[in-house]
Amino acid sequence: MSTTTTVVPTMPWKASPRERVTDIVIFLLALVSSFTIVAVTPMKGKLAYFAIFFIAYAALTSIFKAQQRGSAAAKDALVNSLVAIGAIVTVIPVLSILATVLKKGLPGIGFGLFTHDMALATPTDPLSNGGLLHAITGTLTLVVVALVLSVPIGILTALYLTEIKGKFTGPIRFLVQAMSGVPSIVAGLFILSAVLYPITKAYSGLMGSLSLTILMIPTIARTSEEVLNLIPNDLREAGTALGGTQWRTVAMIVLPAAKSGLITAIILGVARIAGETAPILLLTGGGDKVNPNAFNGPMGSLPYYIWKSFNAGSPEAITRAWAGLLVLIGLVLILFTSARFLGSRKAAK
Amino acid sequence: MSLQAVAIPTPRDITTEPRRSDKVFRAVVTTGGLSSLLLLGLIALFLTYRGFEVLRQEGFGFITHSDWSISTDDAGNVLDSHFGLAAMLVGTILCSLIAVAIALPISVFCALFLNFYAPHWLKKIMVTIIDMMAAFPSILFGIWGFLVLMPSVEYWSKLLHRHLGFIPVFDMQVPVYTRSPFVAGVVLAIMIIPIITSVSREIFSQAPLDRIQAAYALGATRWAMIKAVVIPHGRSGVVGGAMLGLGRAMGETVAVFTVLNIVFQINWQMLLGAGGNVASLIILKFGDASPYEIKALMAAGLVLFLLTLVVNGIANFIVKTTGKSGR
Repeated sequence: MSTTTTVVPTMPWKASPRERVTDIVIFLLALVSSFTIVAVTPMKGKLAYFAIFFIAYAALTSIFKAQQRGSAAAKDALVNSLVAIGAIVTVIPVLSILATVLKKGLPGIGFGLFTHDMALATPTDPLSNGGLLHAITGTLTLVVVALVLSVPIGILTALYLTEIKGKFTGPIRFLVQAMSGVPSIVAGLFILSAVLYPITKAYSGLMGSLSLTILMIPTIARTSEEVLNLIPNDLREAGTALGGTQWRTVAMIVLPAAKSGLITAIILGVARIAGETAPILLLTGGGDKVNPNAFNGPMGSLPYYIWKSFNAGSPEAITRAWAGLLVLIGLVLILFTSARFLGSRKAAK
Repeated sequence: MSLQAVAIPTPRDITTEPRRSDKVFRAVVTTGGLSSLLLLGLIALFLTYRGFEVLRQEGFGFITHSDWSISTDDAGNVLDSHFGLAAMLVGTILCSLIAVAIALPISVFCALFLNFYAPHWLKKIMVTIIDMMAAFPSILFGIWGFLVLMPSVEYWSKLLHRHLGFIPVFDMQVPVYTRSPFVAGVVLAIMIIPIITSVSREIFSQAPLDRIQAAYALGATRWAMIKAVVIPHGRSGVVGGAMLGLGRAMGETVAVFTVLNIVFQINWQMLLGAGGNVASLIILKFGDASPYEIKALMAAGLVLFLLTLVVNGIANFIVKTTGKSGR
């Protein structure tokens, strides 16, 4: 009889119980020191807690590591804390924004909000008067018209960059990127100067949609280009080998294969423009009534409604603004999540 | 036996000439592709055309003077007008520089955290959060910044003024902390963190894996590896990302307008509640502007357009060239 002994695998990279305990002790020490320093010295406030805690934590870990393993380990520990601060500071605003919008917006949300418009109410009225029906329908109208205009251009641009690869590929890619940096107010001014003043001479939803189109094209074009680049070349070659012309290959094979990715691109484009405010302020005129006609008459929209209520300034109006923001951000998050969902399903295949 | 007439097949033309359908397809797609060129050209053209009168009258003073006034008689004729963007340009640049100065370290640390420190699940959640943040509408940042963030930022400005007041930019004569360029800069910083973070993350993730593993194999700590491999590789890409953020910050309108007090005087003291911003000026003056003043606003829009175009162009160029050189 012989006993076989198996070697227990050691995992030197994993933290030993002892190291875990020291980590927790350092964390607690930093916490305690932040509370005592805030209590003893005149430094007060959330900022003081936060700052002292991090300084204390970074200092304690660095000193501990320096003593244990030397200066290289100390620097490493210091950078560990800095990097963690970077991540935390990035996330704090998002959480704060979401929490504030929920907390301040929910009291303003009621059933009447979605069935009335502001034709017979002003922002300073009690919340039971009026609603944002006109804003929701207006935003939807603006987005639909902008979609009709920008989707063909955006996808054609992407097709040019991926399928044709003509001699303008470099400049167009550069210009599309430059276009995504065009400030929204400039897009608004452009439509104002090129269409509204010389041709229509009146505010309407269409004007807003035109400016949103300019902002939306680069998003759609760039995302679609990435998606189309992911379509394997084998598919294109197979199409050509079966005798298809380039047009049939693209229309019957490449575009259907990229369908969900292209939908993601479009949704991201909509999320980009749904809350765009500056050009809307210049171009749509911001009516208070439900206006189903995008080509005539002032058109309300969520950003305009929020802006108007916010500037009215009374507590009721501010609550209205937060409620509008809650609806708007809900819309953007729904769009964003569906884009993510479609995108991840595509990637999983 | 009768002879059968045999049709001699003519050889088929073998050609690389595209069919008519393909020609149409290519023409349509090329036209679509060129539309971005056309649009950018038209933007510049129309803003120049509308603003030309004002630009000619003011000349170079349009960007070096800082008074903005117009007086008209009862019939609406322009009696006297002075349009100068200097204060607004200085304000725009000041706010965006503050924003980049705050956002850059945070974003770079955050990108390092995401690439080299975070466990996989946390990375996935945080990338989603950061992408979501990029999709938030600017009016949300503006109102949140005004109602929630501003009180805290005013407190920070007081601390800065009290303890670092000897540095000229933190100094001021009259203690007015509300709606200062610093507040606008902090709001803008939060808005551009997602852009700089995602560009830096992209660049850092292209750092050559063999060199990373070689550094670890030589016994480097994580920071030593980052310093030796990732930072040299990604440095210029991060600069490009920061410039992209700068361009975005310069063009922001509504968020800045809600948190900034616009004053037509050049002001470099970032804590003082008096700043300028070209985009916000347009929103501020547009409501009750006379036709002639609208022309001045168009010219201001042109200046802003060219400014952001140059900054973005340089940024994209830098990002593109680093992305290639790393592989």
